[in-house]
Amino acid sequence: MAEAATEISPTEARLASLSMPAGGWSEAARKDAAARVRAMGLPQRRDEYWRYTRPDTLTQANAIPAALFHNDETPIFGDIDRVKIVFVDGVFDADASDDLRLEGVSIERLAETKADIHWARDLYGKLEAKGQDPVHRPLAALNTAYATDGVLIHVTGKATKPISLQYHHRAETSDAILHHVIRVDAGAEVTVLENGPAAARFNKVMEVDIADTGVFHHVRAQGRDHERRAATHIFARLGKESTFKSFTLTANGVMTRNECVLELTGDDAIAHVAGACVGDGDFHHDDTVFVTHDAVNCESRQVFKKVLRNGATGVFQGKILVQPGAQKTDGYQISQSLLLDDDSQFLAKPELEIYADDVACSHGSTSGAIDETALFYLRSRGVPEGQATDLLTLAFLAEAVDEIEDETLREEIVARLAAWLERHRS
Amino acid sequence: MTALDQPIETDLQVKEGVDQETVDAVREVGGKYKYGWSTDIEMEYAPKGLNPDIVRLISEKNEEPEWMTEWRLAAYERWLEKKEPKWAMVDYPEIDFQDQYYYARPKSMEVKPKSLDEVDPKLLATYDKLGIPLKEQMILAGVEGAEDLTDAPRKVAVDAVFDSVSVGTTFQEELKKAGVIFCSISEAIKEHPELVKKYLGTVVPVSDNYYATLNSAVFSDGSFVYVPPGVRCPMELSTYFRINAENTGQFERTLIIADKGSYVSYLEGCTAPQRDIAQLHAAVVEIIVEEDAEVKYSTVQNWYPGDENGKGGIYNFVTKRADCRGDRAKVMWTQVETGSAVTWKYPSCILRGDDSQGEFYSIAIANNMQQADTGTKMIHLGKNTKSRIVSKGISAGKAQNTYRGLVSMHPKAKNGRNYTQCDSLLIGDKCGAHTVPYIEVKNNSSRVEHEATTSKVDDDQLFYCRSRGMDEEEAVALVVNGFCKDVLQALPMEFAMEAQQLVAISLEGSVG
Repeated sequence: MAEAATEISPTEARLASLSMPAGGWSEAARKDAAARVRAMGLPQRRDEYWRYTRPDTLTQANAIPAALFHNDETPIFGDIDRVKIVFVDGVFDADASDDLRLEGVSIERLAETKADIHWARDLYGKLEAKGQDPVHRPLAALNTAYATDGVLIHVTGKATKPISLQYHHRAETSDAILHHVIRVDAGAEVTVLENGPAAARFNKVMEVDIADTGVFHHVRAQGRDHERRAATHIFARLGKESTFKSFTLTANGVMTRNECVLELTGDDAIAHVAGACVGDGDFHHDDTVFVTHDAVNCESRQVFKKVLRNGATGVFQGKILVQPGAQKTDGYQISQSLLLDDDSQFLAKPELEIYADDVACSHGSTSGAIDETALFYLRSRGVPEGQATDLLTLAFLAEAVDEIEDETLREEIVARLAAWLERHRS
Repeated sequence: MTALDQPIETDLQVKEGVDQETVDAVREVGGKYKYGWSTDIEMEYAPKGLNPDIVRLISEKNEEPEWMTEWRLAAYERWLEKKEPKWAMVDYPEIDFQDQYYYARPKSMEVKPKSLDEVDPKLLATYDKLGIPLKEQMILAGVEGAEDLTDAPRKVAVDAVFDSVSVGTTFQEELKKAGVIFCSISEAIKEHPELVKKYLGTVVPVSDNYYATLNSAVFSDGSFVYVPPGVRCPMELSTYFRINAENTGQFERTLIIADKGSYVSYLEGCTAPQRDIAQLHAAVVEIIVEEDAEVKYSTVQNWYPGDENGKGGIYNFVTKRADCRGDRAKVMWTQVETGSAVTWKYPSCILRGDDSQGEFYSIAIANNMQQADTGTKMIHLGKNTKSRIVSKGISAGKAQNTYRGLVSMHPKAKNGRNYTQCDSLLIGDKCGAHTVPYIEVKNNSSRVEHEATTSKVDDDQLFYCRSRGMDEEEAVALVVNGFCKDVLQALPMEFAMEAQQLVAISLEGSVG
C-alpha cells in the first residue's frame, strides 16, 4: 500500500493518456466529471461492484490491441430504412453517414456544437452524475469528461425511421470514447439502433431523458470482433407514462461490461431492458442493471439470457430499488444461463431493495445445461444433434429476444443468433 | 457489583379471584418482550475492556491448558489487524470494544457445582421462568426405563449458559451411556482436549471474519457435542443462552461433531433482559459432519430486540458453519430469527463430501427498529451435492430485513443441485425488504434455481380472516404463519409451537 505514494496511481495513469476537448457548453460538465473520477478512482479488482469482472483491461492507460475481424457476413440492420451515422474507431465518418436531417428529430454531433447555449447542456453528464449514487461508475464519469464525440438527438415528434449508429473498428489499437445524449419530448417517439465493435477498446455512454408519454426504443448488436473490449453505460430517466425499451445482442468480444441505469420518476412509466448473449471461448460478458422506482404504478422488466461455451463467462448483476412511496410497483427480473460445456461459468447477483409495501417484485435466476430429454425428443424425430441444440438454444433465448417490439428488428436479431450458433457448433 | 435491573413488572396486579395464569396470559398478549426481566444475582466481572490480560484471565477462569491460552492470544493478535465488516445493510453506532465486559459469571459459580443440586437456586429459578426446568428434567430422568415408555414426553438434554458460564448440563449420564459427549465447551477443553484440538477452528478459522476472530479470543463458554460413529443421539440436545449482566458481551462457542453414520438434532434458544444500552453477542458455531452422518441445527433467536424507538437490544453477530466432510453427510439449519436489534448471521454449509446435502430454512422477522441481515452460503465442492434454501423475511414497523446468500458450484461439483426460494413480506410502508443473493456456477452439469418475491400481506386473505371474526392483528398473524409454513414445518416439534406463537408476538403492534 505504501508504494502507491511514490508511484502514479492507475487512475492518474489512465487520465494522463487522455485529453479533454476544450471549450464550449460541455466544459463545466466535463471538468466536474474529471474531478469526480479522480475522487472515486477507477474501478479496481476488489471493488464489490466489480466482483465478477476484472476491470484492469478497461481502465489501463492504453487499449490492448485487438485484431480486426473479417467475415463475409453482411452488417446487421443493412436492409432497414434508417438514418445511418457512422463512427470509425470513434471518429465520425461523414462520407459513410447519411444526411442527418429527419422529420421530428434534430441530430447534431457533440464535437461540432460549440455554441455556449445548447439544450444538451442541461443533460450532458447530469444523468450520469445522478447514476453514480449509490454505486460508483467511474468509467462513465471518465467518459463524460473525455468523450471525443457522440450524437445529440432531440426528438420532438414521432421519428419516421430509426436512427442507426454504426461503429466500425479499423485500427488495431483504437481506443474510442463516445457520449450520446438523447432527449425525447412529451409524446415523441424514436428508435435508436446501434451495432459494430467500434474500436479495440470502446467506452460509451448514452444518456436518455424521456419526457412524459415519450417512447424510446433501443436495439443494439454488439460484437463481431473477437478481441474487442467494451464498457458501455445507458442512463435513462423516465417521465410519467413514458416507455423505455432496450435490447442488446452480444456475440463475441473478449470483454464486455454493459451497465444500464434506469430511473422511473414519473407515475405509470414502463421500462424494459433485455439482453441475449452468446459466447464461445475467451469471452467475458457482464450485464449490470440498476432500476430505481421512484414513482407510483410503474413497471420494470429485466430479461437476460446467456449461452456460454468453451470457457466463456457470463455475469449478471441486476437490482430493483423501490423507493419509499413507489407503491404499486411491478418489478420483474430474470437472468438465466445455458452452459453448453463444463468449462463455462455463470455468476449472478440479482438484488432487490424495497422500501414500499404495496409492490409485487420478483426475480429468478437459473443456470444449467441443455435439456437432455428435449434434445432426445428432437433427435428421435430425425433432427441432427447440432440443429437440435441450436433449436433449443434459440428457444432458451426467445424470452429475451421477444422483448423487441418491432417484428423486422426481432427477426433480424433471431437470424443473427441462428447464424452465430451454426458457425459455433461443436 | 449489582448493577442489575429489577425484574420488569407490568402494571398488572393480581386481583382477588384472578388466577396467575390469566395474568400471565394477559401479559403475554400485551405484546411486550416476554423475557425482558432480569435476575438479581451477585456477579463477578473481569475488568472492562479487551487486552491480552483479559484474554488470559478468561482462559484462566476456565482453567484451560496452555495451548488453549496461546490459541486465544494468537486470535487476539489477528483481531487487532482486522476491520469490522461494513457491507451488511445494517446501521448502528460505533461499538466501543473497550467499554464492555468480556467475562461475567454468577458469584455462586466460582466453584463449579458438581451437580444441579448444588446450583444456585436463583439460577435454576431463572431457567424455570424461561420455561426450561432443569431440575425437573433431571428428576424425570432418574426414573429408570422411562425411555421405554412410548407415550413419555420426548426428552431434551439442556446445556444452560448464563452470561459467560455454563450453569449445568442435563442428562449427561444418560447420554454417556450412548457414547454421546454433551457438555460445556470449557469442560470439553479440559476433559476431551484431543477432540477439541482436532476440530476447533477447522470449520471457522480463527481469522475467518472480524467477529469470529474476536470470539476466538474471548469466548467464555458454549456447548460441545460429540456423537460417535453409528450412534443416533437418543434425545434432542439443546443449549439455552441467557444474557443477564449489563454491558456484557456474550461470546459463546459451540462445536458439534457428528462422526460417521451418526445423527443428532440440536436446538438453540436465547433471550436477554430488556435494557436501554445495546449489548454485543458474537458467537461461533462449528459443525463437523462426517460420512453418512446427519445434523439438524435449529435456532429460535429471541434476544431482546430493543424498544420501538430502537433503544437497547442485542447486536447479534454470529458465524455459523457446517462442514460436510464425508460422503452422504447431511446438515440442516433451521432458524427463526425474531429478536436482536441488529442481526448479522449466515449459517453456511460446505458440501465437500460427494452426495452431501445442505438445507437452510429461515424465518426472519424484523419489527419496529430492528435490522436483520441474514442468509446462508452453500458451497458445493463434491459431486452430486444438493442444497435447498427457503427463506422467509418479514418486515414491519420501521425495520430493515435483508436476505444475503451465496450459492457456489465449483468446477468439480458435478451434478450439483440447488434450489433457492426467498420471499419477503412487507407490513406497512416504513419498512424495507431486501434480497442480495450471489450465484456462482462453474460447471454445466449443475442446476441452480433461484426465485425471490416481495409482496405485501394479501388483502383478500386478510378480508377473509376478518370476515370470520378475527381482529386485524390475529388475521395478519395467521396470514404470516401461512407465509412461513414451509419453514415452520421443518422445525422440530418442540420449537414449532413456540415459533408459531413468536411469529405472532413479534408482529404485535405492527398493524394499523
